[in-house]
Amino acid sequence: MDIIRTIISGILIATGCFLIVIAAIGVVRFPDFYTRMHPAGKGDTLGQGLVLTGLMVYEGFDLISVKLLIIIIFIFIANPTATHALAKAAYVAGVKPWVKDEGDGK
Amino acid sequence: MSFILTAVIMFIFWILLSGEFNIVLILSCIISSLFVSYISHDLLIGKTDIKLGLIRTLRFIKYIPWLMWQIVLSNIDLVKRTLHPRMPISPTIFSFRNELRTEMGMVALANSITLTPGTITIDVNKDEFIIHAVATELAEGLMEGEMQRRIKAIEGEAGV
Repeated sequence: MDIIRTIISGILIATGCFLIVIAAIGVVRFPDFYTRMHPAGKGDTLGQGLVLTGLMVYEGFDLISVKLLIIIIFIFIANPTATHALAKAAYVAGVKPWVKDEGDGK
Repeated sequence: MSFILTAVIMFIFWILLSGEFNIVLILSCIISSLFVSYISHDLLIGKTDIKLGLIRTLRFIKYIPWLMWQIVLSNIDLVKRTLHPRMPISPTIFSFRNELRTEMGMVALANSITLTPGTITIDVNKDEFIIHAVATELAEGLMEGEMQRRIKAIEGEAGV
């Protein structure tokens, strides 16, 4: 039983780490501010969620996993809100979005 | 009523975080949760109808599995677009009409949009949502408005 739990949590944590790495690559690769908010807002949310879920599975059901669940809920509310705040700040300040036809737009 | 409810929530939250049950801690837990709910019980619950709020919370819990699935789809889409050598993106900014009445509904829809495939919410006001989409076809998917319908179903009948 223990080994199955370890394997499941290992898979979850590995997937989460993969998503976080992809999000970091995406932030570097995407062309402008708004498109960069996409990987930062989505990849990080699910990535951290998966890592913490993996830790929950590893820990089993007790108070520590409840605390981890509270952290996951907090991240799922706070991360999109922060993304929205950054995007709105850029929009109000008049950052021009990158459009495909205008070359690299930098 | 909102005072008692806030106190109970604070009490449960304290127990979850501390996890210890000796007399001193429980006493300080009771005193501090009563104090906190005395000074701030109108913030957490406010003037909302508690029964309606409870119904909405239950409906929201039913909405979560669908949202999770959308988040997974969104991340698969993100991985594809990030690792694709030519980056198949065509960013657009668009807006659609805001049909929601409650603030919580707007917050839920805005955050759901940010988490689901290829779209982030830039601004919300009384009339419209302004959305940035990473690809035009994703924007069209959102314009069909399934998500807004679901949030409206959570809001349900009249009342703020």
